[in-house]
Amino acid sequence: MGKTLLNVEDLVVAFSMYRGDSLKKENLEVIHSLSLDVKEGEILAVVGSSGSGKSILASAVLDLLPKNAVVSGKITYDGKPLSMKTTPDLYGKEISFIPQSVDYLDPLMKVGKQVQGVKGSKARQEELFEKYRLGKDTEKKYPFQLSGGMARRVLISGAVMGNPKLIIADEPTPGLDLELAMETLKHFRTLADQGTGILMITHDIDLALNVADRIAVFYAGTIVEIASTQDFLSGRDALRHPYTKALYDALPQNGFKPIPGAQPYAGSLPSGCLFADRCPYRDDACAGAQPEREVRGGKVRCAHAT
Amino acid sequence: MRTRNILYELIRMLLLLILVSFLAFVLIAKSPIDPLVSYIGTNSTLSPEAKQEIVEHWGLNEPVFTRFFKWLVNILHGDMGTSITYKKAVSSVIIERFSYSIVLMLLAWILSGILGFVIGVICGIKQGGIYDRITKLFCLMVKSAPTFWLGLMFLVIFAVSLGWFPIGMAVPMGKLKSEVTVWDRLYHLVLPVITLTVANISEVVLYTRQRVVEIIGSDYILYARARGENQGQIIRRHVLRNVMLPAITLQFASFSELFGGMALAENVFAYPGIGTATTAAALSGDAPLLMGIALISALFVFTGNLIANILYGICDPRIREKEES
Amino acid sequence: MRNTSLWNRRTRLTLLIVLAATYLLAVFFWGLFIDPSEYGVHYENKLLAPSGQHLFGTDAMGRDMFKRCIKGLSNSLVIGLLASLVSSVVALIMGIASAVFGGFVDRFVNLCVDLCMGLPHLVLLILISCMAGRGTVGVTVAVALTHWPSLTRIVRQEVLQLRNTQYVLASRKMGKSYLTIALTHMVPHVLPAYLIGLILLFPHAIMHEASVTFLGFGLPKEMPAIGVILAESMNHITTGKWWMALFPGLMLLLAVVLFDLIGETLKKLWNPNSGNE
Repeated sequence: MGKTLLNVEDLVVAFSMYRGDSLKKENLEVIHSLSLDVKEGEILAVVGSSGSGKSILASAVLDLLPKNAVVSGKITYDGKPLSMKTTPDLYGKEISFIPQSVDYLDPLMKVGKQVQGVKGSKARQEELFEKYRLGKDTEKKYPFQLSGGMARRVLISGAVMGNPKLIIADEPTPGLDLELAMETLKHFRTLADQGTGILMITHDIDLALNVADRIAVFYAGTIVEIASTQDFLSGRDALRHPYTKALYDALPQNGFKPIPGAQPYAGSLPSGCLFADRCPYRDDACAGAQPEREVRGGKVRCAHAT
Repeated sequence: MRTRNILYELIRMLLLLILVSFLAFVLIAKSPIDPLVSYIGTNSTLSPEAKQEIVEHWGLNEPVFTRFFKWLVNILHGDMGTSITYKKAVSSVIIERFSYSIVLMLLAWILSGILGFVIGVICGIKQGGIYDRITKLFCLMVKSAPTFWLGLMFLVIFAVSLGWFPIGMAVPMGKLKSEVTVWDRLYHLVLPVITLTVANISEVVLYTRQRVVEIIGSDYILYARARGENQGQIIRRHVLRNVMLPAITLQFASFSELFGGMALAENVFAYPGIGTATTAAALSGDAPLLMGIALISALFVFTGNLIANILYGICDPRIREKEES
Repeated sequence: MRNTSLWNRRTRLTLLIVLAATYLLAVFFWGLFIDPSEYGVHYENKLLAPSGQHLFGTDAMGRDMFKRCIKGLSNSLVIGLLASLVSSVVALIMGIASAVFGGFVDRFVNLCVDLCMGLPHLVLLILISCMAGRGTVGVTVAVALTHWPSLTRIVRQEVLQLRNTQYVLASRKMGKSYLTIALTHMVPHVLPAYLIGLILLFPHAIMHEASVTFLGFGLPKEMPAIGVILAESMNHITTGKWWMALFPGLMLLLAVVLFDLIGETLKKLWNPNSGNE
């Protein structure tokens, strides 16, 4: 596998907000010491349940967080710090973004012009529309006139406009039927095989297993384990973190066993392991901080993982 | 297909216009103004027989509906009756007066539209900043001030204290009509236009600002940022594109307020337009002129609404599609 | 922690409302019970500039402008209250009927709204006031009969949203009559939006009353009213008597702003998320 494109180290994102009307601002921490990396030509899928704050990760990497966000930790691209201020030229060219739905397209701008953006060209757009089997008339359409499958391909066209080296895709398959979702993922796989690194954020672990090289398991604002896709296919013993194992058990093909309890709310987190109160192996070691450890070629934040 | 929609809208508006005229007709007919007295004056020496003749000639004792119908037929023949106050055909009074008012309204409409839009966009982009806060406060104040009081204040400040502008009227007093230059007219227009502009601007600013704030918080702006568009490109390509149409539409749909504000401003500055004619007609019980003004003002409001509806239908692709299918 | 701060915000907003309401009520009652001699004619004091003795100065007949303004504003408040109540009841009935019955009734209500909005508001006010014989009655009737369309639309919208909720659909399935549904489910839900709408009608009513009076179709000249006072001031401001126009207008402006403030603050209290900028 190629060199590391994106590296996120100990990322912490908090939202400073007034609660009620008190004059003191409080920080609500939504992402806690999160680390991951994306290499050239690989798909890293960040998998977690809906509403766990995954999209904030995408916004953080793209430097799109609202003004009241407080960010610490390191985000580097190709070894250099990444931000709108220092590296504005990267966005929309080397780094691109695939949003959740056509709601992210300007409703009053024709699709063709929109795919070109400010950094693309008409010729490249036409070439891409042909490649993704979008009819000649598509460029004259408005976003609301696109069908689900067309919308996906339009958004992908927009993302690959500038021949990106890194693509961030936030929930690229919501509301699509299986066939369309698989088609979208196939496009991703092709792109990755040509050398692009893809960070794919999704709640659908099953789909992720179909295309991703590695799976990062997202829980309550952090990544508890990064395992190769092969580990998931090998079975629950190849996995490291108790939550990952529970997630594995909850898959339809593995008996659909749910985990009791719910993810903790960002405002009232336990001090130690975030999964502790739902974990069957909990003991005193879980009360402390859980640093990232290398275990059997994967990464995990659990004192008990072996 | 689209022409059919516009045609349908036109017919709907025409019917509504007739109904509105009827409403106005009934209001005027039911008012305690004695139409006979209005027509012949209070100190007439006519004999009761002659009076009876007039009543019959004008059909004054016929039911309202018949009279309205006759009025409508006359209108279609281009006859709006004779104004008692101005001793002239209603149509010529209206044409003369309206030509003054339309200049005043048009200038104020364009000024408040353009200035309000620009200020609103800036406020929306700099939402929460000091400039935004001051402008918002100013707009809330102006919105709460009656137009005629604003006019009075401008009069006090610019005409009386500073002496920059004349106190009133459309042209200098004592000048012959032939001597009046365009500059005289413009000079006398300034204060009424400023008054009407200020009275109308707050609505435009607040509406535009609100829209811009919503747009900036939308997902498609986020996406544009992610694709490397800078602030200027985002404003030009997305913010303006999305706020322009609703703002223009609102401006057309606000002809009713514009007319009301114009009437008040004209009365403050004794500007000889349709607004001063309205009060004169109503005060002296000039039923034919009042009816004519009601019709014209309704037509004015309907035109604005019609343009607003058509604009939306043509310019917004989402609505265009719905109408075509 | 959370509760106390929320309570703080609520107290502050409530305090704001109480202060605004106190001022308006004070003006209202002061004007209601003021002795007419307080703003009586004193020719020896005519056209005095504002001073400690006469806060807002005096007019051409030597009447104290401050007291006249208080009385005038109080008169405006009475008319505003009457007119807003009538308009809001009309709006409530029409809005609910239109949304609940739909079809023909809905079309009829919409037609009425279109008709009422077909003429410029000021022209309609003048026509109705003239029909009702001008004066106090004329302007009150005019203001009362022309302020319902916007509120009707709000009520209709609220009810339309309610109409398709599960519990309304369920009670219809259970065979409850339209009237029962309207009274037990619709009214309580629409009430907050309606009351806030009612308060926000007030400033419009007051301003329009002043405008119609200013033009000479409203309150009679002998009655203290902001519109009358400002119309009179027209004869004197050209000679530099600026106070005759400035203060009465400011009083009116303040009243309108305060009503607006009360309405908007109540909106925030009712739906705390709407005000989270």
